Amino acid sequence: MIWDLDLLILLLVVSCALAAITVKDLLSATVIFGVYSFLMCLLWAEMGAVDVAFTEATVGAGVSTVLFIAAILHTSRRSKD
Amino acid sequence: MKLLQERTEKQKFGESLIIQTAVRMMVPFIQLFGLYVIVHGHYSPGGGFQGGVILGASFVLLALAFDLRTSVRYMSERVNNTLGNVGVLIYTGVAVLCALFGGLFLDYSALDAIIPLGPIAWRSFGIFLVEVGVGLAVMSIMVSLFWDLGSGGEMDEGL
Repeated sequence: MIWDLDLLILLLVVSCALAAITVKDLLSATVIFGVYSFLMCLLWAEMGAVDVAFTEATVGAGVSTVLFIAAILHTSRRSKD
Repeated sequence: MKLLQERTEKQKFGESLIIQTAVRMMVPFIQLFGLYVIVHGHYSPGGGFQGGVILGASFVLLALAFDLRTSVRYMSERVNNTLGNVGVLIYTGVAVLCALFGGLFLDYSALDAIIPLGPIAWRSFGIFLVEVGVGLAVMSIMVSLFWDLGSGGEMDEGL
């Protein structure tokens, strides 16, 4: 574990999470959420939990992004609140 | 060049020759990698769940780059449902077989009574059988989740 690399990735994760809940465009929020998942995957792999990182990369960044986009295409793209 | 222009004029909105060719070349390797992850799951990172998601993602990629009918042509809905149910059956079947032959539920060393390989070899081989079952079930669920979500349950053109 390299703690400065951890801190850098953690800061990026927190900023991605804040961006994903503040942005109005739902498609952009989904893409930012995919970036969040990949950074989370990097963090898991860096901490030595390779199995969790693998799951995060396949499910979090791969399939759930596609499912979110499929759900957005059936609703409106802009969020109202 | 003329042929390429005519083909470009004919294609529908959202279809791209580059993406379709790339996906057609990538899908076999993605599926091979998914099988590798499932088979090597019990002594390296990965396993049934992750390999199943990778296998399912290859069909999702086909449905995204072409349309939903293309992915249904490669794996029909009936085959998909059968594979998912067979996966769950393998998982619970191995577990119940262990219980029937005198061990606990999912205690693979009890399967030594069927084929005598030794309890240690059976512990390794039993987790492999369970991983295959989990992989099949997860692949089927991921593909049918995308099919139903992408087409509203109608299985037509899709996204």
